[in-house]
Order: sequence, then structure tokens, then C-alpha cells
Amino acid sequence: MSKIHVSTTVNGDAVEYLCDPRETLLDCLRDKLSLTGAKEGCGTGDCGACSVTLDGRLVCSCLVLGVEAEGKEIGTVEGIAEGDVLHPLQQKFIDYAALQCGICTPGILVAAKALLEQNPDPTEEEVRFWLAGNLCRCTGYDKIIRAVMDTARDMRETA
Amino acid sequence: MALDDRKSDGFTFVGTRPNRPDGLDKVTGRARFGADASAPGMLHGAILRSPHAHARILRIDTSKAEALKDVKAVVTRADFSDKVEFAPGLEGDFWNILENVMAGDKALYDGHAVAAVAATSALAARDALKLIEVEYEVLPHVTDVDKAMLMDAPVIRQGAADYSVPEGMHPNVVRKHESGHGDVEAGFAEADLVIEDHFTTEATHQGYIEPHACLATLGADGKGELWCCTQGHWIVQKTCAALLGIETANLRVTASEIGGGFGGKTTVFIEPVALALSRKANKPVKLVMSRSEVFRATGPTASASMDIKIGMKKDGTLTAAQGTFRLQGGAFPGGPADFTAMCAFAPYNLPHVRQVGYDVMTNRPKQAAYRAPGSPMAAFAVESVIDELCNQLGLDPIEVRLKNASREGTKASYGPRFQRIGLVETLEAAKAHPHYTAPLKPGQGRGISCGFWFNHGGETSVSLALSEDGSAQVMVGTPDIGGSRASMALMAAEVLGIPYENIRVTIADTATLGYNDVSHGSRVTYASGLATIKAARHAVEKLCERAAKKWGIPVDAVKWENGCAVPSGPNAGEFDPLPLADITADMGRTGGPISGHFEATPEGAGVSFATHIVDAEVDPETGKTKVVRYTVVQDAGKAIHPTYVEGQFQGGAAQGIGWALNEEYIYGADGRLQNSVFLDYRIPVASDLPMIDTVIVEVPNPGHPFGVRGVGETSICPPLAAIANAVSAAAGARMRQLPMSPPRILAALKADG
Repeated sequence: MSKIHVSTTVNGDAVEYLCDPRETLLDCLRDKLSLTGAKEGCGTGDCGACSVTLDGRLVCSCLVLGVEAEGKEIGTVEGIAEGDVLHPLQQKFIDYAALQCGICTPGILVAAKALLEQNPDPTEEEVRFWLAGNLCRCTGYDKIIRAVMDTARDMRETA
Repeated sequence: MALDDRKSDGFTFVGTRPNRPDGLDKVTGRARFGADASAPGMLHGAILRSPHAHARILRIDTSKAEALKDVKAVVTRADFSDKVEFAPGLEGDFWNILENVMAGDKALYDGHAVAAVAATSALAARDALKLIEVEYEVLPHVTDVDKAMLMDAPVIRQGAADYSVPEGMHPNVVRKHESGHGDVEAGFAEADLVIEDHFTTEATHQGYIEPHACLATLGADGKGELWCCTQGHWIVQKTCAALLGIETANLRVTASEIGGGFGGKTTVFIEPVALALSRKANKPVKLVMSRSEVFRATGPTASASMDIKIGMKKDGTLTAAQGTFRLQGGAFPGGPADFTAMCAFAPYNLPHVRQVGYDVMTNRPKQAAYRAPGSPMAAFAVESVIDELCNQLGLDPIEVRLKNASREGTKASYGPRFQRIGLVETLEAAKAHPHYTAPLKPGQGRGISCGFWFNHGGETSVSLALSEDGSAQVMVGTPDIGGSRASMALMAAEVLGIPYENIRVTIADTATLGYNDVSHGSRVTYASGLATIKAARHAVEKLCERAAKKWGIPVDAVKWENGCAVPSGPNAGEFDPLPLADITADMGRTGGPISGHFEATPEGAGVSFATHIVDAEVDPETGKTKVVRYTVVQDAGKAIHPTYVEGQFQGGAAQGIGWALNEEYIYGADGRLQNSVFLDYRIPVASDLPMIDTVIVEVPNPGHPFGVRGVGETSICPPLAAIANAVSAAAGARMRQLPMSPPRILAALKADG
């Protein structure tokens, strides 16, 4: 099967790759662009470890085909920090120990950032339901929820 | 002893909560997990798996797959070492693992590997699998533990039982455990109330979010490199070397960052297959499992069928207890029937106790360790009966547990006498916690349960090297699954007296450190921690020697204080304190590099107890349960990094909630797993759970220099029972089967009403 040429933008950088029409955006990010921050936990859109933004919309990159990225803007965990300045969520996740093994962390950060951009003052219930698509098996979510709530509070105060 | 007074404990670094050294890598996506590695010229592997629960493999034809241009190697069982021999009973461990990673004469479960391919791309490898022809003779199968013990059940494998199994039992029963003390019949005769009941739990998966992944290179010279996500790379090294017939030291294994394990990554599945493919293709091969493969062919925990009988006096005194535990461990020996039996009654001081466990084979994947393997299901059964006894006798469940609690000196139900333990302290803390007396709303119930786990020591090596600038690098061999690098650095800082930030802890590969047992048994902070402390003390001895030499005084006149060598007393002479960095700056000229190391098998792990309090709400119309409040109280011995201790408590509770309410392996009549994706095998999501409160109790373990007890596993022991007791109270009906899914709860409500 011949491959398709795709031009897209990832974390603000123009990139291009050749992909098989069956390959997912996650495959392309990881295997063709060496952006291995997004993880494959399930490949069926259930775990959220591959979460990225596609033109600002939160998606599971395992449910998007690589060819669908043509002309789009993709945001991954690698683009959350600005240079060596961490996003407040990233710093708070370290401070709160809101991760244990860390495999779900990239997806949860991308998802939480998307939440706070839409809703700077979420309730605990809103955070829990927004992150219900991101599985974490280590933490019981307690410290994750606290980290997101506290980041939102900080960002509101400094805004 | 509550954690609040911890800074009066004499520690400087231990007990503080610094950020983890791997934090930055993990929040930026830089951390490299199993599937994140690649190598020049790398091929991609894929595994063909049996669609049948039990089938004889008559023929495998790989010629069409091999004819594809993109395919560089195909392997079957014939490509593994023929020196790994089957031995009767449980002795053929390597053979069992080989049989599990690549089927021999028979496929023993749905998902059992039968062949593998390496090709130039992952898609090409998957396409090639479809061209492999396997002719099966489908055999009768059994997946249920009680049915597998019936005399007409299909035999998974003749001759797998060991000496412990009495004659007359079905060949699927492969091991029997029996222990206890006293005369249970006499004990039951003394009781005012005896309750006997039957309980079942389903198999659940460890559910780590990272599927198994590895990158393997094995050359014709018998030398190999393996990168993989594992809880213990030395066991991977040893096992893979045996299965491939190469020398252990010729295979270097590097542990990647690990995306969760919970016991499920303590053995090998794909690693020997990737090495066999690499050897045949003469190229590096990357092999990554899909989620469905993870569910079908790795883990899960054993399922259980249990009979419990307990006697109690009117005042709450337990008089006797007995239990029979049948553990379904998949198509191989190894179900943790012994652990289940031994943990069942451990929290209680019982004059008469007897427990029997049976390890039973079925046509399911080989069970793997899952966080305190065997203990949670035992606690579910036993603590449910104790709850029912308390209910029927009108007694407070914590008072009854306090009255009967195991203490220092108690003869444990499984044999030894307990040393200093903290069960009573967890019960007292639970009783004093506001949660225990908080009012409940209509439709809610409260449950409590105790839990027990042995904890483990295990073979351990640690090496610590000082740098010229006074910083230290610590090499440990236990993969960091929950923040252990931070704990190791804290313990090293405590001994060396240098800042936490000046210590870098690395998980060494198998070529750069001596043997280390797996990160399991809640052993890492205990055993690697002990070894880190002793390695640091070893380095301190050498630092003191250098100071003594410089000052021209005997070494026993020098002591180590706050990161400096100082004279040990007024008679030693007058010298200014000599900081570590001043000694290391000169070490090349004063005797050479300064390192410390420690190798041993520490055996004072110190058992661990917990008490959990749960409030649950049951919707009588839908049968849905919501956990509305959860408190974990557990003895940590000494919390090195309290935040990560809390994390272990919370994580264990959350996994227990899933096990209690949602999770189960569901097999169809055809013996195929019906729910091999996360959509259908539903682990708790953020919106399912409340905040999980934690209370760290610290009753120091006499077997560790700082008092540490492992905390990783005990946290999953009480939840099943605590939730079942809460749900039973809320529903007004005793729940005897896990998971307590809505249909089961509705059925219980109907039967009761």
C-alpha cells in the first residue's frame, strides 16, 4: 500500500511525514516524529494516555488517523512547557506527587490544560468528569484532582 | 505514634517531602518507558495467539508468512532452547514460563502465544500473522475453579501436581497448603455464635496503563541487549538466558521507566520471544503488546472460591476460625493458595485456627502476582463473616477487632510469633478518626476491615559512589514503580549528611550491579533502602578513615556528624570538622575513589497491617454503588517520603474499589475472554471515586535501620471486605460475590426483600 504525504504542525513546528493510511496519529507522532510523550495504553480510546489537541480540541490520538492531521495544529505534552519554564500544571503535578509511574501523566496534563483553558474555575466534580477519560491505575486520582484544582486557583489569582 | 510528631524523631531528611528526581522527565514527556526505545535497523514483532481455550496444536505452517518480503523472521516453540526441561510438580519453573510464552503441544488458554513474526514495520508484522496457518484440535476446556476440581473436568496437564496434593483429587489441583494450630472443633463448641459462609471473587487484572514492551538484540555470538519495562530485570535476564540457552552474563537487561506493574511485571511474556526473533533475524526487534493481549495473556490475579467458619462469644471474643480457599491460577501451577490461607486470619489472636488452600489449574492465562497476591480475597471472606458476627451479636466492629487483634508475641495463624506490629495502633487511629463517627445519610452504609501482608526482603545489591565535588550517585537494582528513587536519596542523605539534591539515584542495568530480586513484596523501600543505608555507612567508614589519616589519629577516634568527619571526643584531639566534599576533593591523592556497597538478603521485612473505613451508597433502583467516603489507616513503620506513602495507600484503595465493584474477567461458554479492552473491563475512573483520606501510623519495624515497613501491598488487602461490609449495610443484604456489580446487588436486594 503506498504511503501518503502529510504536512502538519506539531507544537508550533511545521512537520511532514509519510504514513500508511491505516496508521494512527499516535503512531505517526511516536514512530515518525519521535514524539514519544503521548503513550498507547489501549489503542481504543478508553485510557486517554495518548491525549493530544487537534486544532485546540482534546482528542485521543489513537482514534485519529495520521492522514487526518493534514493542515491541522497538533499540541502534545512536549509542547506544554515554554522552553525551560514549566506550565503551572506540570509544576503542580511534581509538587503534589500527582504521579507515581507517570505513564498516564502526559495525557492527563494535556487533558487538564484543555479543561482549564475552557473552564478556569472548575468544581471538583467537573474536574473528575473531565478527566474520566484518562485512566490512572497508581494514584486513585486524589492527588491529581488536588493538583488540577490548586493550579486553577493559582492561575485565576495570577490572571 | 502519629505522623504529626515526626520531626521530633531525630531525622533530618527522612520524613520530608522533596520533589521526585524523575518528576521533570515525567511531566514533560521525556521519560522513556518500555515502548519509547528504538534502535537502528530495528524490526517490529507481533505474536499470533490461540483463539481457543484448550486445543492441541497439530500443525503450524509459517511458509506463507516467511515468503513475504517484509518478514525477516518467524519463530515458534522450536526456536527456543530444548534444554529447558519439564519436571513434575512445581520444579519446572523455567519450563512453565517457556510453555506460557510460546505454546508447545497444546494451547492452554484463549490468547496463548503460538508463533511470532518480525517484519520491517508493525503493520507488516500484523499482516504476516494472518498468513500463518495453525491447525488445532479443539479440546474440552474449563475456566471455573470449582468446576475444574470436579472429577469429570478436562485435565489441563497430567502430572502437574506436587506431593502436597492428596490422592483422589483431580489432576487440576496442583498444590495443597494446610496450616494452623489448636483444635477448631473445640473452639467452635465454646462459641455463642458460629457463622459459616461461602464467598467468591473473580479474576482481576493489575491494569497497569503501560502494556508490556521491549526492544531486544541477540547476536549469533550469544551476546544480547534487552530493554524492557519490568519490575525486575535480573529475573528477566536469568529467565531469558535459560529459555534461549545462552549464558546469563551475556545478556544485559536495562529496565525502562515502568508504567505500572502491581506484580504483573514480575515475570516475562514477550521478552524471550523478541530475543528469539532477533537472533533469527539478526536485527534488533521491538515487541509491544496491545491492550487486548495484555488482558488475554498476562496477569491477572487468581479468582477464588472460599468457605469460612468463625465462632464468637457474646462479648466478641473469637473462639475458632477455619477456612478453605480454592484459587484458580490459570493453566499453570502458581495460584497463591498458600498466601491466601496464611493471610486469612493473620490479624487475629486465635487459640484455634485451621486454613487449607488449593491451587487449581484452569484454561485461563497464568495468574501473576497482583499487589499482596492472595490476601485481599481472603480478607474479603473472613472480614465479611466477622462483620456479620458483630451485626448479629450487636457489637462494634472496631471494638471486636481490637479485642482480638494480633499483637507483639501473638502466635500468628500461619505459624510464627509476631514481633512488634501495628495492627492495634491502626484500629485505635481508625476509631479516633472523625470518619468513624460521622453521620450516614439514608441509603448509605459503613464498612470497616483489617488487612495483612507479610512484606518481603529478597536479594539486594546497592552501590554508592562519591564524586570529587561531594555529590553522590546511588545505583540500585529495583525498578522505581512509585517514587523509590526519592526515598533512596532521602535515606542516603540521612546517612551521608549531604543535601537530597546532591544525590542521584539510578536504576542500574544487570551489567553494572550485582543481583537484585524483583520490585515486589513491598520490598523496595525496606530492602533497597536498607542496602542504601548500609552502602552509605560503608562509604562513611572510608570517609572517616581518610580523616583519621589526615589528622594522624586512629579511625575509631573519628565519627561522622552532619556530613562531616569530627573527632569522636575530647581525647581524640582538636580538629575542625572535615566536610564530605573536602575529603572527596582529595580522594584521588589520599587512597583513591570512595564508594560504598552492600549485598545481602535482608530478612526483617516486618509484616504490615491496615484498617480501612468506607461509606458506600447503594441505589436500590439501579443497583449502582457509589463510594462516598474512604479512609485508609496503615502502619508504615517509618514513612521515608510521606507523600509517596499516602500515594501507595490511595492507589491500593482505588484498585480495591475496582476489584470490589466493577472489575472481573468474563469468559464465554467458548472459553474466550469477553472483555479484553478497557471499555468492557472497567477500572475506576476519576468520576467514580471520592478523595481518599490517609492516616500514616508509624510503629517502627525492628528489622530496618530507620524502622521502615513496606507499604505498597497492604493497602489493597482491606478494601474488598470494607466495601462489601459497607454495601451489605447499605443494601441490607450480605454480599458474598465480587464484583458487587449492579445486577448482583439487585439480585441480593430482591432475594432479601
